[in-house]
Amino acid sequence: MANHNFNILYILLPIILIYSCSNPNEKQSNTLKNLDQEQVISDLSIYNLPSTWTTQNGDDIELKNLNGNVLVMVMIYTSCQVACPRLVADMRNIDAQLPQKNKNNVKFIMVSIDPETDTPERLKSFSIENKMETDQWLFLRGTEDDTREFAAVLAVNYKQISPMNFSHSNIISVFNKKGELQHQQEGLGMDNKETIETIIQLTN
Amino acid sequence: MKCVTGFFCWSAFMVMTFINVNAQSVGMVEIKGGAFVPLYGNDSVKVKVDDFFIDVFPITREEYLQFVKDNPYWQRSNAKKIFADGNYLINWYNDLHLNEDTPPQAPITNVSWFAAKRYCEIQGKRLPTMDEWEFVAMANEKLPDARTDSLYNQYILNWYETPKTFNQQIGSTFKNYWGVYDLHGLVWEWTLDFNSVLLSGESRKDVDNDRNLFCGSGSIGATDLMNYAAFMRYAFRGSIKANYSVKNLGFRCAKDK
Repeated sequence: MANHNFNILYILLPIILIYSCSNPNEKQSNTLKNLDQEQVISDLSIYNLPSTWTTQNGDDIELKNLNGNVLVMVMIYTSCQVACPRLVADMRNIDAQLPQKNKNNVKFIMVSIDPETDTPERLKSFSIENKMETDQWLFLRGTEDDTREFAAVLAVNYKQISPMNFSHSNIISVFNKKGELQHQQEGLGMDNKETIETIIQLTN
Repeated sequence: MKCVTGFFCWSAFMVMTFINVNAQSVGMVEIKGGAFVPLYGNDSVKVKVDDFFIDVFPITREEYLQFVKDNPYWQRSNAKKIFADGNYLINWYNDLHLNEDTPPQAPITNVSWFAAKRYCEIQGKRLPTMDEWEFVAMANEKLPDARTDSLYNQYILNWYETPKTFNQQIGSTFKNYWGVYDLHGLVWEWTLDFNSVLLSGESRKDVDNDRNLFCGSGSIGATDLMNYAAFMRYAFRGSIKANYSVKNLGFRCAKDK
């Protein structure tokens, strides 16, 4: 009898597992334990996104692991010739203008829109080339689907033009410590003043 | 014991077969892929669409009601604002009751991209890509590509000017070459990559000729300015955000072959 039960379990378990994996959001809202967690995460927070990302150091993280930091985010791809270097320069410029005391809880995050090319190794060497090697700088790569979804959250539009070339809107987004969008700067070579002021306000 | 194992293997197999057949064919038709030049894309560059399945009808209010019953996360009062704005299911009587002035068989609207995407994923499907959607939608009753037919374009434009067509039942417009209904005439539809539309200066910003908004060579020129209808669709897609819930915007699902 015990053997029979074991057999049933053995067959059903993968099915149950597949089912439970396919419904992460819906399952969450059904369990009390997770309801508590969700109350901590506000309705407008990007920490509601369930996606997992790989960093330039090969670590897997979820966005909610960044909880408590002010996030400055931009979507780029490392083989970009035209605008991305300017976006990267904007990010560095913002960093340089922040007073030291405001830097502790700020993360600068570059999310790749070309996950196929931008492997963690490639992101790592990009970070070295651009002297963005401190803990403050995070380069993220996700699945194509999660990337599209994340872009949708940031209202960043992008399209692959050729295997090595994308069109994308140039937006730098600032999130508060709860993961709520506070400010967006759109365009290149813009005055970074408002973005910097927002970050200072959020870290004070 | 061997018999028991065999029996369960057999039932598991049957269940999986049933699910498989069910998900692929019920309410869907197969679209034979091909190459075409979308009206708004890279100038004169052909886009290849693989064979795929697409829903014959848009998802109805009744079907969506069942979805929120099964998935409380997506009920109006539970949905996170980052995934569905304040207009999400706004006309419903409450979380689990449709308003009565619109038939349950009308297409679901006031749903965000996140909600539509999740709905399809739970059915084992996905949203159609913009290229797939446009590929199917260029067909009229007789031809797979009726874009040069002035009557066809006029039909679409007449619809764009007709108010409140979202209150009509699914199937009330024509059946196209592929056997798909209601692509034009009832509601506009979400596509998986709606956020790949980059009109020059980005339509929503109403800024002319601002190259700084984009990286790369992607500002878009029309390959066929004649088709104003397609321009309207692309402009609309370029103007919406993923958590917007709009009263004339619904969706249907697709699936890889």
